[in-house]
Amino acid sequence: MSRHRIKDVGYDDEDYYSDDGYASPDPEEQEFLQQCTAAVLQQLGAGQPPVTATKEEVQEALWHYYNDIEKSVNYLRGKKEKEALKQKPKAAVPAFPAPCPTAHFSAADFFRDCPWLNVPSHRKAEILVEPLYPRLGLLGGAPENGGKVSKLAALAAARKKKEGEKAPTPTGTPDASSSPTPSHAPSPDPQAPLSLRERLAASGRSTPRPSEGSGLRRLGKSSSSSSSSSPVPKEPQPELKSPEPLPEPMDKSKAEPEPRETVPNIRASPSTFASTIVGPAAGPTTAGPSHLHSNSADLLKLYGQDAEPFDFAAPSPDDVVLNAQSTAKGFKSNTASKSAGNKKAQADLTGGIKDLSVEEKVTVKSKNLDVLAEYKKSNRKRSANFVVIGHVDAGKSTLMGRLLADQGAIDKRTLDKYRQEAEKIGKGSFALAWVLDQGSEERARGVTIDIATNKFETEKTAFTIVDAPGHRDFVPNMIAGASQADFAVLVIDSSVGKFESGLKGQTKEHALLVRSMGTQKIVVAVNKMDAVQWDHGRFEEIEQQISSFLTTAGFQEKNIAFVPCSGVLGDNIARRSEDPHAAWYSGRTLIEELEDSEPFTHALEKPLRMTISDVFRGGVQNPLSISGRLDAGSLQVGDQILTMPSGETAMVRSIEVDSDPSDWAVAGQNVVLNIANIDPIHLRSGDVVCRPSSPIPTITTFTTKVLAFEHLMPMQVDVHRGRLHVPARISKLVASLDKASGAAIKKRPKIVAPGTVARIVVEMDHAVPLEAPTRIVLRSGGSTVAAGLLE
Amino acid sequence: MRCIKNRIEHKGSGEVTLCPDEPEDMWHAYNLIRPGDILRASTIRKVTTEQDATGSTRSARVHLNLVIRVKNLDFDPQSSQLHVSGQIMNETQHTKIGQYHTLDLELNRNFTLEKEAGSDGGGAGWDSIAIESLKDAVDEGGKRRAEAIAVVMQEGLAHICFIGQFQTIMKQKVEMSVPRKRQGGGDHDKGMNKFFKVTLETLLRQMEFNTSVTSGSNNEAVRPVLLASPGFVASGFQKYIQSEATTTTPGLKRLLPSLVVVHSASGYTNSLSEVLQSPAVKSLLADTKYARETKLMDDFLEQLRKETSKATYGPREVENAVDQGAVGRGGGVLIISNRLFRSQDIAERKRWVTLVDRVRDVEGGDVRILSSDHESGKRLEGLGGIAALLTFPIHEEDLGSDEE
Repeated sequence: MSRHRIKDVGYDDEDYYSDDGYASPDPEEQEFLQQCTAAVLQQLGAGQPPVTATKEEVQEALWHYYNDIEKSVNYLRGKKEKEALKQKPKAAVPAFPAPCPTAHFSAADFFRDCPWLNVPSHRKAEILVEPLYPRLGLLGGAPENGGKVSKLAALAAARKKKEGEKAPTPTGTPDASSSPTPSHAPSPDPQAPLSLRERLAASGRSTPRPSEGSGLRRLGKSSSSSSSSSPVPKEPQPELKSPEPLPEPMDKSKAEPEPRETVPNIRASPSTFASTIVGPAAGPTTAGPSHLHSNSADLLKLYGQDAEPFDFAAPSPDDVVLNAQSTAKGFKSNTASKSAGNKKAQADLTGGIKDLSVEEKVTVKSKNLDVLAEYKKSNRKRSANFVVIGHVDAGKSTLMGRLLADQGAIDKRTLDKYRQEAEKIGKGSFALAWVLDQGSEERARGVTIDIATNKFETEKTAFTIVDAPGHRDFVPNMIAGASQADFAVLVIDSSVGKFESGLKGQTKEHALLVRSMGTQKIVVAVNKMDAVQWDHGRFEEIEQQISSFLTTAGFQEKNIAFVPCSGVLGDNIARRSEDPHAAWYSGRTLIEELEDSEPFTHALEKPLRMTISDVFRGGVQNPLSISGRLDAGSLQVGDQILTMPSGETAMVRSIEVDSDPSDWAVAGQNVVLNIANIDPIHLRSGDVVCRPSSPIPTITTFTTKVLAFEHLMPMQVDVHRGRLHVPARISKLVASLDKASGAAIKKRPKIVAPGTVARIVVEMDHAVPLEAPTRIVLRSGGSTVAAGLLE
Repeated sequence: MRCIKNRIEHKGSGEVTLCPDEPEDMWHAYNLIRPGDILRASTIRKVTTEQDATGSTRSARVHLNLVIRVKNLDFDPQSSQLHVSGQIMNETQHTKIGQYHTLDLELNRNFTLEKEAGSDGGGAGWDSIAIESLKDAVDEGGKRRAEAIAVVMQEGLAHICFIGQFQTIMKQKVEMSVPRKRQGGGDHDKGMNKFFKVTLETLLRQMEFNTSVTSGSNNEAVRPVLLASPGFVASGFQKYIQSEATTTTPGLKRLLPSLVVVHSASGYTNSLSEVLQSPAVKSLLADTKYARETKLMDDFLEQLRKETSKATYGPREVENAVDQGAVGRGGGVLIISNRLFRSQDIAERKRWVTLVDRVRDVEGGDVRILSSDHESGKRLEGLGGIAALLTFPIHEEDLGSDEE
């Protein structure tokens, strides 16, 4: 008992002190208070509709608002109206004449004829919609914060629109109910309030506690500059004044929560955030937490950050603004970390409305193009990608360097420079290869290590060359290159001994690989013919051997073409050979053979898929870029993309198609995507880009039908698909199959012999983005053991 | 591991006292200790006592010598720690019989392991496999260290592995996104340099390599470091270490002689077998256990390719082959992973021990027990943990359909 008493004493003490601190015994202040009270009471009585309040109430309000008459009046009115509203049953009211948001009008005038106490809830939602529009629009002209708001709003609006087009996404906001009735609402942009609300929700401060603290905070701000009537205490810009009266009706229309007396009540009522989640039913009555009708408070509310209860776990409002600004300027890395922290702090809050929130600070407006229609309109030149394959030192890079030089894709000055430098290190014959071998290691060693892409155009077609390395260690890179190609150019060294060793080596492996990856057409360039004096017999010998091999590999006769040529001299590449020894050849040159390719079709209608082949820093403007070829689907600037297996989303800032900026891209094109709002750590080459709406599944085990190139048994293999390269193991040999019919010959074989088709189960350590039907290659110990199709 | 006391009786029951003195010994202990065994070791136990009068409690950590009957083993290969949990069998001042306790075996602290050969099948006792692994565990020469460090790498990916006599531990993986070569971009070289830097730092940290020149440990032997990669990544890394040694950190010079560059097909650990089979490594680490094991697996796979019917794998198939007498004198080899002996189920363990004894003693074939924690053992795992080279071809058409 005694303890209790002590506690009580303690409370009393506190009370006493607080009284001492705040209740002003100063007679001057007392008098002022009396004056204010009178003023407030008078205003309350004069207002529309008139309200009555006791003196005590008024004084208390004044005390809380530091004798700010206007605020006190607003507050009291709100409170009384609410009380009245509670008492009166709601009655249906004819449609409310939607206000036309013009430049400058008084809220009091605006709502003069409004039967306040009978507004049906669904009407309120619309009122909520309209007045916000001009605010945002006008703020668009304001510097700094104002501009930011409108940009974000615009982004959200754009996204919203996009989503609406795609599928009717349940937004769960009051605006959802208002958007189907645009005829009642003359507001040209029904999304604007949503975007504001989203922003509020996203900033995570709309915890269901519009607490006293925040109210005082705001008051502190306003009173610090001027005690009563200054409408814009912090922002002296005149444009900002115009939106001020507009929020007032909104507030009045659902004047409801109170800051002090009903604190517990306020806590219980759902916040903007909560109502966003819960749905439209809760929205209209609770959506607007602002009960402070002073202009300054409303202005602050515009900025979202200040008007909401402050949660110190989240970054400060200034941080948020800085974030937004810096991101807008393109300082990606900075924001990535910040927003990551931001995200973490608010994970629980934002999780539920993740797809609604405008977390991203980088705003890219989608043009909402119909990409496929644009593509059809565009009438581009026919384009084709081809991969150059062959054994190491067959002269692939040199041949392609020559092709580029002859087509004028490389200027003479650069070429001369390469020649000079190559001669300096005693590798003069490699000068042409340097066009494609840009790496310092590659040049020093004279070996292509990684794929290089380059492009050139003929009258008919725009070609993209993918120059693949020939060395067996770099077959994974070659697989990546081949996955980007429509057809292949097989380069063969015709010189004595080299052809034979190449046939045993990568000539065969590469040809099998491109075939098993779905390539139909192959052009065989019999290179270095000058080294064998354009020996016709040699050419025929090679042609015979290679064509028999290619037909067994599955190439059709009509899709194989042979061209004798010389990469170093350029004979039969772009121009016909003038060597008298080569007179026997009257067929087409390599260029003509390339142009003969049929147009290739791509899966434009399918969901977006793109395997990332490279992640890099594109420059100051584009801190993070990814490149690759769109396997399927289409893409445009402003799109949200999902990378798998990380499952992170990003925003497409801009697109380059064949190193030209573009607004969109479709399957089959080689693109560079400059992206934002993702940490580069989530991006690796081999990852797959898709849309959040149709993500590619990640799997750890799959069944595949493969053609064995070597003996297969339960063993460790590497799985390749484009740039994707993961360790895996064959866990089960299900059956060996008949090549023609696909029927099982033997179930659970102990070992699968080369040349047989088998169904196997492959397990991987980590989840990998793969989906049927995909062509995969299995390698083990540096050689290709099987290739097949995912089932 | 040192054997302090050995009192194994003829029937198979008895006890040994062992003193582990290097981390790999924990792995041996993990193979030796089976559920149902009795283990005595010193340990720390938190004892909570209750004051009767007030209900307040007091807890203290006390050093105890406890005897437990093993229920469960938990081995952490990364840090080489073995936790053995079970029920306490001796009563002390602080513990009651039947309470549970987890013993953490510690280096340089004796433990006593007792196995009972129950006539009613209660325990497996010291069977041939257990005795063999005990022999493996106790090294007479006293000269066994972790033998090599392998860095298996490719562009943007490196695995740092410690290859010991009995296990290969993947210590750390370094993964980094290295920009590819691009038209006119120098990002690739920069990225590779950064990648090398991180990999070297990680490697030195894992090796506990002291880079200071003045330190007294200068004459300490450096283990061979195998740098393996496809293409030129490994040699590039070697070059990087050399340039670092000459410019910034002279302490690295001690490391240089022990670097060996070898070829591997990829940067993943499954290409370790290729690394261990390369001539450079073979000459460096002649006739070590894992080299033999790797060779054995290669031989087996070769046999399987060439004469499919003279090699077999999988539990059922191998048992069937042994029944037919194909794993006997004149080239029959039974290859078995020691994971099978670690089975929690005693009957399961007995099944394999019997099979091994039968091949060795009755059939006269060769038995090789492969460590499941080596690369070769992993390959064997893929084949079901057991395989056999046969003396004559056998056909087993119906076995597969039986299992369907």
